[in-house]
Amino acid sequence: MTAITHHTPDAMLAAYASGSLADPFALVVAAHVSLCPECRAALEAHQTLGGIVLETTRSEAPSAGLKSSVLARLDEPAPPEPHYRRSGVFPGPVMAALKGRPPRWKSLGLGVRQSMLSADRDGSVRLLYIPPGQAVPDHSHNGLELTLVLQGSFADETGQFGVGDLEVAGSDLEHMPTAGVGAPCICLAATDAPLRFKSFLPRMLQPLFRI
Amino acid sequence: MTPASADLSPQTAWMLAVRDGRDREAFAALFDHFAPRLKGFVMRSGTSGAQAEEIVQEVMLTVWRRAHLFDPHRAQVSAWIYQIARNRHIDVIRKERRPVPEELGEDPGTEPDASQIMALDQETGRLKQALERLNPDQRIMVEKAYLGEMTHHEISEQTGLPLGTIKSRIRLGLERLRHELKGMR
Repeated sequence: MTAITHHTPDAMLAAYASGSLADPFALVVAAHVSLCPECRAALEAHQTLGGIVLETTRSEAPSAGLKSSVLARLDEPAPPEPHYRRSGVFPGPVMAALKGRPPRWKSLGLGVRQSMLSADRDGSVRLLYIPPGQAVPDHSHNGLELTLVLQGSFADETGQFGVGDLEVAGSDLEHMPTAGVGAPCICLAATDAPLRFKSFLPRMLQPLFRI
Repeated sequence: MTPASADLSPQTAWMLAVRDGRDREAFAALFDHFAPRLKGFVMRSGTSGAQAEEIVQEVMLTVWRRAHLFDPHRAQVSAWIYQIARNRHIDVIRKERRPVPEELGEDPGTEPDASQIMALDQETGRLKQALERLNPDQRIMVEKAYLGEMTHHEISEQTGLPLGTIKSRIRLGLERLRHELKGMR
């Protein structure tokens, strides 16, 4: 595995740490942090700052019974918390989004496949499978798009992205990502708005595939 | 308690006693320290007192149940609890689990390295001082950001937000954290 060279921007880590990042992006950041010690260290530094804010914010006295009711519950059995481990190329948070099951791929044509993880008004997040050397239709975004490489690589107008690299594309970027030769490229991609395709056919298919 | 505990901050010593000895008195001390802060913190973002207490309760129970994941070489108790509080708060509001990174547990039986824990303490102290030296507007901005009151867009657009000022402090700590994280993947 080559070194990760494209990282999570600092403002995004701060937003993730504080919980204000929309879920589709939060999943991509959580997955990137799982793969990237550097961004994990940066995230933990943001949490240190959050801890300082917690320490220094004005306190509110808890009501009289709160402490005893918490102490009384220490022996309660903990509610089961599903725990998802990394499986193959999928980091823990992706496995959690998949609820531990393998992705259910749907064909988008030309060998490109996707597996939708979630889609709502906050945006959408999905896994993309792109055969080696294959281009993803030319598209631009209404909003922000995050793409994390989980297997293989891709390249576009802005650079080369290998396993663990995160591409942050704003609405100004009109790009045509092309998968590298070798292994098929598997990415985790999140957007906060539907993609806009330049050519007519993908645009027609868009509502059908929710891309 | 370990021989090194005399050098640790009380919060870290309590947390280690909870983690390693399931010490209820130490937990009660953590509760006394953090519950009022947590309640104030959660209420600042507009949550009612009753719901804030529910969240405080959940956070403190999570501290007890997940104590084995606390690693004093990587996190201050306040930072660790901050992250639990943000996760629980969001889980409660959205009724859904928030995506979280894979856990890095400390190897069981790792002896605390007091010098490293103290270095983290000192760095946090310096960070706190840096925060106190900011002008009031900037400080309010930092608080708002870490309370979750600013969107990602607002954080990235906010040139007044002294992320850069703070970043140099953070960077000092980064090398050490990075060293810590090596081999933990």
